[in-house]
Parts: sequence; C-alpha cells; structure tokens
Amino acid sequence: MASMAQAIRLALHYAEDHLGVTDVLGEDVGLPLGGVFTATQGLKTAWNSPLDERGIIGCAIGLALAGQRPVAEIQFCDYIYNTIDLLKLAGNTCWASNGDWNVPMVVRTPVGSGIRGSIYHSHSFDATMTHIPGWKIVMPSTPLDAYGLLLSACQDRNPVMVLEPKALLRMKGEELIPGEPGDDRVLSKMIDAPLGDRMQWKPQWPDVQAYTVPIGQGKLVRPGTDLTVVSYGRTLPLSVKAAQALESEGISAEVIDLRSLWPYDWEMIRESVKKTGRALYVNEDTEVTNFGEHLVRRTVEELFYELLAPPRLLAGKFLPGIGLADPLEMASVPQLPDVTEAMRALAREQP
Amino acid sequence: MRGRPTLVKEPLPLDSKLLVRMHELMVEARVLEERLIQMYRQGHGYFWIGGPGEEAFNVPLGLLMKKGQGLDFDYLHGHYRQSGTVLALGEDPIGALRQMKSTATDPYSGGRNFASHFSKREWNIVPISSPIEVQYAMAPGTALAQRRHGGEGITIVTGGDAGTAEGDFATCLVWSSRPGSELPILIVVTHNQWGISTAACTQQGCKIIADRGKAFGIQTRTIDGNDPIASYLELQKAMGYVRKERKPFLLEANVSRLYGHSSASGANFVTAEQDCIVEFEKKLEAHGVLTRAEMDQVRARWSEEIAAKARQVRDEPLPEASTIWKHIYAEDR
Repeated sequence: MASMAQAIRLALHYAEDHLGVTDVLGEDVGLPLGGVFTATQGLKTAWNSPLDERGIIGCAIGLALAGQRPVAEIQFCDYIYNTIDLLKLAGNTCWASNGDWNVPMVVRTPVGSGIRGSIYHSHSFDATMTHIPGWKIVMPSTPLDAYGLLLSACQDRNPVMVLEPKALLRMKGEELIPGEPGDDRVLSKMIDAPLGDRMQWKPQWPDVQAYTVPIGQGKLVRPGTDLTVVSYGRTLPLSVKAAQALESEGISAEVIDLRSLWPYDWEMIRESVKKTGRALYVNEDTEVTNFGEHLVRRTVEELFYELLAPPRLLAGKFLPGIGLADPLEMASVPQLPDVTEAMRALAREQP
Repeated sequence: MRGRPTLVKEPLPLDSKLLVRMHELMVEARVLEERLIQMYRQGHGYFWIGGPGEEAFNVPLGLLMKKGQGLDFDYLHGHYRQSGTVLALGEDPIGALRQMKSTATDPYSGGRNFASHFSKREWNIVPISSPIEVQYAMAPGTALAQRRHGGEGITIVTGGDAGTAEGDFATCLVWSSRPGSELPILIVVTHNQWGISTAACTQQGCKIIADRGKAFGIQTRTIDGNDPIASYLELQKAMGYVRKERKPFLLEANVSRLYGHSSASGANFVTAEQDCIVEFEKKLEAHGVLTRAEMDQVRARWSEEIAAKARQVRDEPLPEASTIWKHIYAEDR
C-alpha cells in the first residue's frame, strides 16, 4: 500500500491531469528533490520557489485570483507563521468583496511531532488555523484519506488547508487507492525518484482513479459504547491502539477520525456522545485555546444533559517548543500511554 | 496668478483632447475625495482614507490600463489611494460614495470595508485591503499566470513608499525577476514622503526607492507623479515595455498627499505640498487648451453631480445584519 507521502503525490498527479491543478509550488518541491518528504516527486507542474513563505502564499493567492489552481507547500508548518495575515487575506477575500472574488487555492504543510524535529520542526498548526475563518481545513490520518481529501481540496472554490501529520507521512495504509498497484515494490519502482541524479527521471504513474472524501465528513473508525474519542492526525492511530488495548479491560471506546477540522462533522460527534455519554478530544497542539477546547465547549453547551462525565481534552503541553531529547518530546505531546490513561480514566469516572 | 495668461507657443506633447479628458478625470477624482471627506465630517461615514494628491499619476494609469476580465487584460493590485485610476477606468463615482456610507448597495464590499477599498472582478481590480504591503506579495501570482498565457495583459501593483519597508516589497522584486521566469509586472511606488505621521527620510536610508530594482536587473524610473503629462508618457513607456518584453518594471512616482493620511489625522488640506491640479491647470491655460472659466465649470459640474449622488446615497439602506453570514465561502457553481 502507498505511504501517505506517496498518496499525496498520486493525488496531486491525478489533480494535475484531471482537476486542472496548474502549479505545485514551494521550497524544494520540484527537481531534484521533489519535497523534503518526497510528496511532490515527479509532478509535472511542481516548481521550486524562492525561500520565502510570504511569497509562496502570496503567489498562490494571485494565481488563484487569475483563474489558476495552485497547490502551495510550506515545508514545515513552523514556517507558516509569518504568512498568517496572508492566510487571513485568502480567507476574507470572498467575504470582503461581498462574493465577487473567490480564491481556489490549496496549501499543504506537514505538522506535528514524531520525527525528532525539535523546536522548529515539531509544531502543530490546527489550533491557529482554526482561528482563521474563510478556509476549509483538513487533516488526514491515512493515505487513502489524504488522497481523497486532496482531491476534494483541489476541486473546492475556496482556500483549503491540508495539514499533513509528518509522523504518518511514511506510514503505509491498509486500503488501496483506486488504481494503485497492490505490490509496494512495484509502486515504489514506478513513482519513487531514484537516488543520485534524477534530472532525467520520469515517473510511471499508475492509472489512479477519482476518489474523494467530502470535506466536513468524519469517519467512525471503531465503534464502541462506553466513551467517544475524537481525534485527528498523529494521535488518531494512537487512539485506535489505546481502544484496542482497553478492550481487554472491558472498556469499549468509539473512535472518530474527524478528518476535517472546518467544517467538521458535529453530527457524528453528537450521535456518538449521546450514545456513550463520555467524550475525550485528543490532539497534540498546545492546549490553551486549542481546537479541542471549542469541541469541549460545544459538547457542554449542547449535550450537557446527555453526559455521564465532564468532557475532556488531551493535548500538547502549553510550552514554547518541543525539546529534542527523547524525554522532552515524550513529555510534551500525547503519547500512547497518555491516550490510554486518559481514556481509561474517563471511562471509569463516576460522579 | 489669476491674471490673463500669456499663451505659450510650443505645443504640449499630448493631444489636447486627451489633456482635457485627463483634467476632467483629475477634477472628478478630487471632487469625489473632497465629498468623501465631507461625508465623514457630517457623520455619513465612519472613516475616510483616499488619494487626493495622486490624481496626476493615478488618472493616466487608469487611462492606459487594458480594461477587462481575465488574463488578456491588466490586473490591478491597488492600494487605498487609487480613486483616480478607478474613475479613469470608467467607474461611476457613486460606488465610492456608497462604500463611504457603508450601504447595502456598496458595489465593492456590501458595506463591509472602508472607503477607497475598491474591488471589481469584471475589470480585474483585485480587492484592495487595508494592509499596506500584501498586494506586493500577491501580484506575482497574477503576473505568473499572464506570463504563461502570453498576449499583452500585464499585472500592475501599487503601494506607497512607507510600505516598501515591509518584506512583501522585497518579495515582489525577487519573485518578479527570477532568472528565466521574469514576470510581466509593473511595480509602482507612489512616494508621498510620509507613513502616517512619520517622515520617510527618518526611516529609510535609500534615497531613491526605484534603485532597489537595479540589484535585480529590473528596469527602473523615478518620475514626477505630480505632472500628469510626464506620468502619462512615462507610464506609456513602462507599460509598453512590460507588455512587449514580458519583464518587470519598477516605477517610482513622487506625489503629494494633500489631505494627510486619513480622517484619523484630521483630513485637512495641506498647503505646503504641490497640488497637481493647480499646476496642471496653469499649464492648460498657458497653452490655451482650456480657459479658466471652462475649468471652473468642470469643477462646478462635478461638485453638483457628486453632491446629487451623495444625496441619493444618504437615503439608501444599510446592509441587513443577517448578511454577515453571506459569502464566507464561494458557493458551488
């Protein structure tokens, strides 16, 4: 099965050929590197930009205004912060012009911890991004969802932010992308750039097919009855693992992969929490004014009388950065034991 | 000064029909701005910002633009001192009055944005926003699309001298001149010597802003933006170069700021700066293009017409509160 990085590449290839994507731009996205995570290798519209994030986002806005379909990459979300007023601009252009203009652009950026990235390659962006109206925001946790969400993003008439959990970029999926060869080695030979000189190399694209994940639709990953866990990105597979482990303790956890942060699938969360009476939100961005806090607030306000325990948030510590040494990173953002313990505690909590 | 002028024999370098048209538009723009300021003073608007003092540059710019929608036409990434350009393109001044009054009929933002924040997709006028630098970061995007498309359409981006301190100005220079990927973009700086209350000479060591383009191999020129004839001729040359060569050009136009930064600083007439209309009218009169009486008539006509439009706008409704939820997203077609 394709890794998430390969799935992104396949999606962008499909989008170049079928959805009118005109530009995949960013630092090192073109030849020879094809992206620091290899996500843009071999793409015919990929081109290397100056090392200038404001230029990348600004150019993408301009391209979108001129009727093109750009997909911009910010190499690490830690470096997207100096573009925030341009993100705001992309998000308000339709509204500010009273619907006259729209900005059909996609921005992709790797987020989160898990590659020992220290202070400037480990940050999350979901808390900040969900403060910027006018965007749609997605965050896949599987290669197939990455493929399907990107295909949706590339067809949207509005700016879409794709947050790519970098800890999962090299993880292989469990589901085939339609048209993907079943053998990993075959796929790799077809679309992974060779080591050494690759200036003449051309990928052999498999005939991948249309497959979209609608923006705004969550996925019920694991049904359960005792508590609801809502997560996305790196902490989603941890939540699933924890749920599996807790089964032997007689705890049945329902796990929802939110996939879209804005708009998000409140309907799915509501139905689940009404059933279980317990809600745990898990993500790894810093916990103060965290997106999960919004979900906790809404859960309290709308589902208060359905609850058996206070809704909880497990998120990253409110720290200026993630330290490089192993004990520092482990202590800064939720790890498997933290998720398991939070789920166990919530399942057992009694008034 | 008001005595009978001595007629100058040498003809002006532009056709007198064009000179009359430019004068007409400059007066229209000035009268509009003065009306907007008056509306602010009378409580018919919360805030005024605009471009009185930049007419001599902005009007020729609008007249020379290729107006239309899409890549074959010129994109304008303007700033909030651009009314002369928008009127020269043929816009009805009532739109600016409506935006000033924040009415539901405001054609640029539906009552959402400040005065002089124009937007018109039909003519490639990208929404003007209040940050003074973001247009310099966006403009290379439309220019890149036009580079690929070919033809004669170009991108024009304008901003003030103070805004060139922002990194986006450097972004514009870098992205417009990537070797082998040069962009058809006219980068304009209207230099009025001020950033709100701060004098330019106290903040930037570079004497001539246009010189910054030279390091990137960009053609540059600094012109007298208070002279509409010079502005027209220089813009014609610069735009011709960008259209034909498909390469960037950095044009710095020295202009006046006749009513200060905005209503926040009082919006009072500044006598110490050159008034481009006064200077132009002297010239037109000296060359026998227009008489004093004719020019007074032009102003009287616009004053009356714009006052009538302002009265019309005064009674138009404000947007419904429920409209805040409209157009957060573009609906699917």
